[in-house]
Amino acid sequence: MPLLEVKNLTKAFGGLMAVDDVSFHVEDGEIVGLIGPNGSGKTTTFNCINQFFPVTSGNILFKRKSIIGLKTHQICHLGIGRTFQVVKPLARMTVLENVTASAFCRVNTIKEAKDEALRVLEFCNLADQKDKLAKSLPIAGRKRLEIARSLATKPELLLLDETAAGLNPGELDEAIELIKKIRDIGISILIVEHIMKVIMTISDRIHAINFGQTIAEGSPREVANNPAVIEAYLGEQHASR
Amino acid sequence: MKKNHLFMIILGIFFLIFPLVIHSHYYQHLVIIIFMWVVIGSSWNLLAGYTGQVSFGHAIFFGVGAYTAGIFATKLGISAWWGMVFGGFFSMLAGLFVGWVCFRLRGPYFALATLAGGEIIRLIATNWESLTEGMVGILIIQTFKSKLSYYYIAFVLAISCIYVIHLIMKSKWGYYFVSIREDEDAASSLGINTSLYKNISLLVSSFFTGMAGAFYMNYMAFIDPEVVFSLHYVSIMAILVGIVGGVATIWGPAVGAFVMVGLQETFRSSFFGLAPKWISQAHAMAFGLLVIFVIMFLANGIVGDWSKIKRNIFRIKPSNA
Ligand SMILES: Nc1ncnc2c1ncn2[C@@H]1O[C@H](COP(=O)(O)OP(=O)(O)OP(=O)(O)O)[C@@H](O)[C@H]1O
Ligand SMILES: [Mg+2]
Repeated sequence: MPLLEVKNLTKAFGGLMAVDDVSFHVEDGEIVGLIGPNGSGKTTTFNCINQFFPVTSGNILFKRKSIIGLKTHQICHLGIGRTFQVVKPLARMTVLENVTASAFCRVNTIKEAKDEALRVLEFCNLADQKDKLAKSLPIAGRKRLEIARSLATKPELLLLDETAAGLNPGELDEAIELIKKIRDIGISILIVEHIMKVIMTISDRIHAINFGQTIAEGSPREVANNPAVIEAYLGEQHASR
Repeated sequence: MKKNHLFMIILGIFFLIFPLVIHSHYYQHLVIIIFMWVVIGSSWNLLAGYTGQVSFGHAIFFGVGAYTAGIFATKLGISAWWGMVFGGFFSMLAGLFVGWVCFRLRGPYFALATLAGGEIIRLIATNWESLTEGMVGILIIQTFKSKLSYYYIAFVLAISCIYVIHLIMKSKWGYYFVSIREDEDAASSLGINTSLYKNISLLVSSFFTGMAGAFYMNYMAFIDPEVVFSLHYVSIMAILVGIVGGVATIWGPAVGAFVMVGLQETFRSSFFGLAPKWISQAHAMAFGLLVIFVIMFLANGIVGDWSKIKRNIFRIKPSNA
């Protein structure tokens, strides 16, 4: 059963079509990669799914129900969690407080929320950092905290926006491990990532966009060999030289 | 932990017996005013310090509370003590309206909107003479002759306000308020209904501030728009009490109330008659200097930077170890 269905999603900022008629879906238990060069509309797609931005046209269904017009906090309660590409730690709260605040999404008492938060921190290998202020974490820790926080809201679908960017090779492997662990506990994932090592090893399917439009979709191997994808990435590489 | 509790109990007992030992009406009056500011400062702190919604318009709630009590007493003949309940309630209604309008804006724009709101309501209160008597003000007859009753009422109000805020900050609401302060967008994506919880914070804050206003009506027996809706003497003073004592700390506004009321009184009385009269004109300047000092050296206020203060005091002492 498709968990998330994005149908003809379009988002315009004035005259700029940031997302232009994009359709894809995420099945229950799947990891779907969303790739594309810088500025191709990946983050905007996320912002539309969790209703951060009103969509211009198209439809988004979660468990076959349209979620268009809901509030961002309602999307979270429905079971869609997300992380931010530009991390947004609750800076002057401790790591534990950050995660406890989000655990209140499902429970009401302090004790339950703290227990859940500690469990999630353990799962994300952050337990030893729990009493540090969020702002004192290095980038890898902040990226992990983003994940921990959204996991504490008990999502069925997790949207990960470049959680591996800025990590060193060791940290990268840990991040891949963590994402696999999340999939193994039954959470479906839609992941945006520039680092091919990550996206190619963990995705079941990949959806590639450029200038807001779909250019390819299929298995990682198919997409990696697709001429349009190669051109989008190589073209970008040449342009940046 | 234990030490703190003991200290609080001693402090509580001190204030309980204070008016029984110190019979001077003047000092009793000062402490009553301090208690009132503890309430206003703590309420402001809940909204601004913990929830991050800095209000420049707390005079709105203070004034609405005071006028509710006053108008109920003079027009409807309802005891102004009932006015304390109604004052808090009507102040919450004002809070609902302020939230509906001002929470469309964020950060400094919210602050400016509340500032404007305060000025607007002061002008309304000045001009709507059939309801408020305008600049003539409202005069009621005090219920109690002795200051003692007012003292204990203010004391209970201050303690309850601090205690309720303490409980709130230990609950889910507290986590939500601070999350909203730290990052509103992150908070909403974590399932927090940010507009609902900002309004809850505002309502609790306006309720207690309104109670303080209604108390003021009862105690002073006279109000006019220039006093209770004053930008300078209420809205700005609430901010000063908060930041001098320490925002986002439970005891900060209480300490701030002592310092600010103490300072205000020291200047008003020209250092209790010891200094030349003109010095009383300088109190605005002294407030300004204090704020500069606090921002430069104690950015987190007296309570927030207490460990730093202690460290510096101990450093001044010659070390003989
Ligand atoms: N709030 C906004 N207002 C106006 N334009 C925006 C806004 N957000 C994004 N855009 C524009 O939409 C386009 C898509 O941006 P988006 O952030 O979705 O790209 P992305 O694929 O996430 O890129 P990156 O890989 O760099 O993160 C860009 O041209 C961007 O400038
Ligand atoms: Mg992006």
